[in-house]
Amino acid sequence: MRHWPDRTHKELRASKLLVLLFPALVLLAACDNRPAPPGAGGKHRAPPVELVLVDGRPAPEVLAENQVLRRGNGEEPRTLDPHRSQGVPAGNILRDLFEGLTTEAPDGDIIPGAAMRWNISRDGKEYTFYLHRNLQWSNGDPLLAHDFVYSLRRAADPATASNNANMLLPIAHAAEVISGRLPPDQLGVVALDDYSLQIRLVDATPYFLGLLSHTIAYPVHRPSVEQYGDQFAREGNLVSNGAYWLQSWEPRAQIVLIRNPYYREAELSLMDKVVYLPIEDLSGEVNQFRAGELDWTYEVPNNQFAWLQKNYPEELVVSPWLGSFFFGFNLSREPFVEEPGLRRALVLAIDRELLTEKVTQFGEEPSFALVPPGIGDYEPSIPEYAGWTQQQRVEEAQRLYQQAGYSADNPLRTEIRYNTSENNKKLALAVASMWKQELGVLTTLVNEEWKVFLQNREQKILTEVFRAGWISDYNDPYSFLELFRSGEARNDFAYSNPSFDAFLEEIAKERSPQRRNRMMREAERLLLEDNPILPVYTYVSKRLVDPHVQGWQSNVMDHHYSRYMYKLKSRSASPDAGEQPAEAPVQEEHATGDRS
Amino acid sequence: MSGLGRFAASRILGLIPTLLMLITIAFFLIRVAPGGPFDGEKALPDEIRLNLEAKYHLDEPLLQQYFRYIGQILTLDFGPSFQYKDWTVNELIALGFPVSLTIGGLAMLLAFFVGSLVGIVAALRQNSATDYTIMGLAMVGVSIPNFVIAPFLILGAAVYLGWLPAGGWEWQAQYMVLPVLTLALPVIAYIARLMRGSMIEVLHSNYIRTARAKGLPEYLIVLRHALKPALLPVISFMGPATAGLITGSVVIERIYSIPGLGSYFVQGALNRDYTLVMGVVIFYGFVIVVLNFVVDLLYAWLNPKIRYEKG
Repeated sequence: MRHWPDRTHKELRASKLLVLLFPALVLLAACDNRPAPPGAGGKHRAPPVELVLVDGRPAPEVLAENQVLRRGNGEEPRTLDPHRSQGVPAGNILRDLFEGLTTEAPDGDIIPGAAMRWNISRDGKEYTFYLHRNLQWSNGDPLLAHDFVYSLRRAADPATASNNANMLLPIAHAAEVISGRLPPDQLGVVALDDYSLQIRLVDATPYFLGLLSHTIAYPVHRPSVEQYGDQFAREGNLVSNGAYWLQSWEPRAQIVLIRNPYYREAELSLMDKVVYLPIEDLSGEVNQFRAGELDWTYEVPNNQFAWLQKNYPEELVVSPWLGSFFFGFNLSREPFVEEPGLRRALVLAIDRELLTEKVTQFGEEPSFALVPPGIGDYEPSIPEYAGWTQQQRVEEAQRLYQQAGYSADNPLRTEIRYNTSENNKKLALAVASMWKQELGVLTTLVNEEWKVFLQNREQKILTEVFRAGWISDYNDPYSFLELFRSGEARNDFAYSNPSFDAFLEEIAKERSPQRRNRMMREAERLLLEDNPILPVYTYVSKRLVDPHVQGWQSNVMDHHYSRYMYKLKSRSASPDAGEQPAEAPVQEEHATGDRS
Repeated sequence: MSGLGRFAASRILGLIPTLLMLITIAFFLIRVAPGGPFDGEKALPDEIRLNLEAKYHLDEPLLQQYFRYIGQILTLDFGPSFQYKDWTVNELIALGFPVSLTIGGLAMLLAFFVGSLVGIVAALRQNSATDYTIMGLAMVGVSIPNFVIAPFLILGAAVYLGWLPAGGWEWQAQYMVLPVLTLALPVIAYIARLMRGSMIEVLHSNYIRTARAKGLPEYLIVLRHALKPALLPVISFMGPATAGLITGSVVIERIYSIPGLGSYFVQGALNRDYTLVMGVVIFYGFVIVVLNFVVDLLYAWLNPKIRYEKG
């Protein structure tokens, strides 16, 4: 440093001083333990008034004047075509735009939607739906049974290229239509007249009504599809039958939905306008919530969870979600092929309570089973060792490990492969350390980008232990079990057990719910005996919700329809205080426009 | 101006092979990555996957796809986005570019004027306390990444004070302030240092000494004689820097939830959205090439010697 010109010294000194300011600021900020005012910004938010219900509906005097809901929605939806959409963000928006034959209540129960009632034949294979008589599309066109027939055919048609087409497999001939062996008009769906349609199934499918509330079964407006083709879901073109219609779509900026006056229950929905904001950065989402710009977030970032629990306890909502997080074993190659004992050892050696308490920390339930709890009357099959102490589990693990031929001199060498994510990394690291500590296993961690990861999992050439998990499409344990059928598309575990497959077949045909639950439990038990997976925890949904927003309920599918929600007034002197920057009163626009 | 005109023409011709090379390399590079646009956690039924690949011509031999794509490009049609199925790439770029351009453009303008001004002041008061403060701050500004500055700005101005929105985008000034500021700060710092160094050098040159000897007032010396040559390094830095900023800063756009072009680069690649990635890469390449060309022109205008050197 001595031979630098003198001015550089002075400059460096000056900048060093300034640089020291920086961490000082950081320390100051970190030491600030005052709870942040909820959704403050410069406008201090008053709490909402007490909720007053009259006949189960909120009394008019407690409702805010501007019923506008601003929802953070994660990623930009890939498409708003219900048949081609995938992912939760698109699903949220579609649930507000469209309605299927059935729909869901705020608590997740399946209730009549476009169909006001239905008959199910004795053998459970024939469903007859009777639609409401006055259904209309958002442009005033009547919505009739043949719209549903057209839409289900379109969803199954391979030309539509729907990712979710396989959900329609329970319908007669769906398998042939999807694979192109039969034309779509051979699908087992037929309109008996303008207001009734009949669907024939391959086997009695107890979760079929729930399936019909999924986006794959939503009706689409035929003239629009035929006129606009791939662009029928765009602003100005989209005609929908749900509680809202699409007012504007600015990609990656916002999607604005406005109340659909033609919706069958329009008078019951209180929320006038819904703005979906695709905020990818979870920290950014929290910031916008705190600044009062959002009422509802998509999620919360893991690393802020503890802080949010302390500072925003009322706003933070955590509830069980129908999903399981587990690691999978590749049963088709070394070192896990034909080694159930070794796999069991690895399953036993980890401490799940520790993982959920200290590593992930968002209140997930540790899990030993495949199917999460909370699905109707189904009781997951909990293995015996779930009741042991961790000490006992570790002892058994060590015994099995040695029995498989491994020891301190001959440790197992394996890898855990996961896709890029902070959470995955932490968990993989923790699991690897636990294995090392209790058994002496030497584990390499392999971090891959998502698409590469998926491809490797599918090919099963490189994988040994990999991060897996499953979030259910519909509210039934079968959704989890069928993942493990031999040769199933996402069966990256190479699990193939003919008894298990036979079980799945029988379960598909079983009509009695109690017997079916028992059989599924038994199938799950069979599966867990073979240890193709290492269960860790069941998912929870976690987000921030402004206390002004009411009418929603936590449910395991995490489906929240905007039409059930409403906003309470703020508790303070001036009537409009504390809300978002005042929105212009919503125009009573009718969704007309030239659709000819 | 014929010297300048000939100069310009020769540079324009040079654009075409550059762009072609860019297109070719990008085209084959993205297809080398494992995984395709239609891989997802839910496996696609085979028939559907085949249909999709046929629809997007992904089942054709690679060379055939390449020539088909070049043909499409010549009509300025970048194709449909694989990922955002309701949109074409042209539409997405047309919607995203104005946003990135506004933010990036304003940031560059701010950086240029403030940075140059501050740099000139520091140069004129060389080795004084002012000089050291300014350069010290500049050093800090250059070292701290913008994704560190951004959260501070957001927490301060948006969350705690509520003066500005914490993110999101509308065509209103309040949504632009923080992103522009965050983008501009490091560039201001860099330009300030650049300008200062360059101005000091110019002020020591012979012709300036002559002008002083002739009795010209200092401010005229600076404005009329020193400024143009001192600007040269700054201009030459700003060409590619502007290109980078106006095509979208991935980080800033993510932090502030701004619908610019930046995230299409990353998301497009991660999702193997071949057409979108190609579209933005070509667009970016084009912008860089054009801006470099503009820089060259400006250079030639600022320093006539260059025009005639190329003869």
